[in-house]
Amino acid sequence: MSATVDAARTAQSHGTPPLDVARIRGDFPILSRTVAGRPLVYLDSAATSQKPLAVLDAVDHYYRTSNANVHRGVHTLGNEATDAFEQARERVARFVDAPDASGVVFLRNTTEALNLVASSYARELLLPGDRVVLSEMEHHSNLVPWQLAAERRDLELAFIPVLDDGTLDMDRARELIAAGPTRLVSLAHQSNVLGTVNPIREIARMAHDNGALLCVDAAQSVPHMPVSVRDLDCDFLAFSGHKMCGPMGIGVLWARPELLERMPPFLGGGSMILRVELQRSSWNTVPHKFEAGTPDVASAAGLAAACDYLDAIGLDRIHAHEVSLAEHMVSMLDELGGITVYGPRDRAAHGGAVSFNVADVHPHDVGTIVDREGVAVRAGHHCCQPLMHRLDVAATARASVYLYTTHEEVDALGAALAEVKRVFGV
Amino acid sequence: MVLSALGTMLTVTVGFSSVDDDLYREIILDHYRNPRRKRAVEPADMTVEAANPLCGDEVTLTLRVKDGTVEDVGFTGRGCSISQASASMMCEEVAGRSREQAAALGHRFKDMLTAGAEPSDDLGDLEALQGVRQYPVRIKCAVLPWNALLRGLEGTAGDDDQETHVHE
Repeated sequence: MSATVDAARTAQSHGTPPLDVARIRGDFPILSRTVAGRPLVYLDSAATSQKPLAVLDAVDHYYRTSNANVHRGVHTLGNEATDAFEQARERVARFVDAPDASGVVFLRNTTEALNLVASSYARELLLPGDRVVLSEMEHHSNLVPWQLAAERRDLELAFIPVLDDGTLDMDRARELIAAGPTRLVSLAHQSNVLGTVNPIREIARMAHDNGALLCVDAAQSVPHMPVSVRDLDCDFLAFSGHKMCGPMGIGVLWARPELLERMPPFLGGGSMILRVELQRSSWNTVPHKFEAGTPDVASAAGLAAACDYLDAIGLDRIHAHEVSLAEHMVSMLDELGGITVYGPRDRAAHGGAVSFNVADVHPHDVGTIVDREGVAVRAGHHCCQPLMHRLDVAATARASVYLYTTHEEVDALGAALAEVKRVFGV
Repeated sequence: MVLSALGTMLTVTVGFSSVDDDLYREIILDHYRNPRRKRAVEPADMTVEAANPLCGDEVTLTLRVKDGTVEDVGFTGRGCSISQASASMMCEEVAGRSREQAAALGHRFKDMLTAGAEPSDDLGDLEALQGVRQYPVRIKCAVLPWNALLRGLEGTAGDDDQETHVHE
């Protein structure tokens, strides 16, 4: 990590004392809910995370004390709202170790952020025949926007294959990135299905050596491990507030400011302009050029509070906790028998999302039966239909953990899956 | 976990016993494990494909209608126990009925699940699928083959996010 990382994070990266999960859970009101008369066992954090009081309070506090429209106010409340918004921008920049806040664009979510890059960079600044390299494991939000751009700009899309162990075929990656007119690579940092953590630094080197830029879908990594844009050496990084204990409705695109300067606007309207005449307008400075209309200031304030909350605990400690849970989960699934686990077996190098199937029982049936025990997992294609095809399945069940997940909850999933096996006689 | 006291004995149970399971009733699991009429009808004068793209349930119906009667009907497909059991039960009930009777049965079944109508007494094994009403997320699964049937018999559209294609 760069030397300018704030002290709290540095201190916590030396040694990883275990999380006090019981205390953490006390911060999350929803975790004391019951479902079907049973304690909620929430194993769907990859879909969305639960929110601590500090985040709920920040959103509430903003609306109770400082709410006004931003950037153009002459009055006190308008200045307070603007400060809250711009301070949130600075906080997010520090959270991903960005050199300054001018590269941080606030949007609605990761999907919007990736659409911005596909639209304002790929569609506008690449040339017909240029290649964009993706992978077979990408979420639809890091696939469809490039399909749209490719269609409009006549770009070529190429895909790094996924190996049987759930990791990227790096030999093929090297070939695809080095050969021909590759101008952009866009990859998931962590797979939402397999938990695979991809070697982004290595990919960045390959891309830059060949004159291409690197865009990172960090939706599943920023919440779960320390992420530094300087360390990764990426050119674009996209993530969502709602997956990192922040509110829904706020997401971030970090990009090198010099790229944002070169890119034409994404959405047009108020706030992103300087001068407006009837026939033409000029653009605001970056990153404001990419923030049209009234932003979700309350959610930005909530996201800043989430950054504080997570940093106070330590992303490296959270990651270590998730690895421990994932290892427990995989060995629990192995012990149950008859369960296919997808993705890398060595969880220490990867993340806390575990996809699996119970014999030939359809994931929907798995999901319904465990829901009756209060256990929430996700069943379906997880917005990764090409990956499902690669795994030769229609769908999987997925259990995903976070800082508030306990080992007892992993055991509860095991008991619920034993019930699935009993009902279906497998 | 459910704690129940039976006299002086305390039992800790996870889940529902097969006797009181309101969704995964024995008859449904039987149709899922041993589907009836799971084959392509030959010759067929109608093929209807239906899928829930959101979750991967697929059903392909083949029918032969002669003199206004469904002479033969079969299905192929893959998916969750509810969608496949529903397809199996449907084919069993529909075979030999007139087009009109088969379509009317389809509407009655859908009404039972989606409009809270009382089950009619000619549903046969289908009556077991009543339990799906308590699991709203799974209603789509149960009606998937029926949307295919109605599409084939009447040309009526299925639910918005199901794909049904009719080949004649």
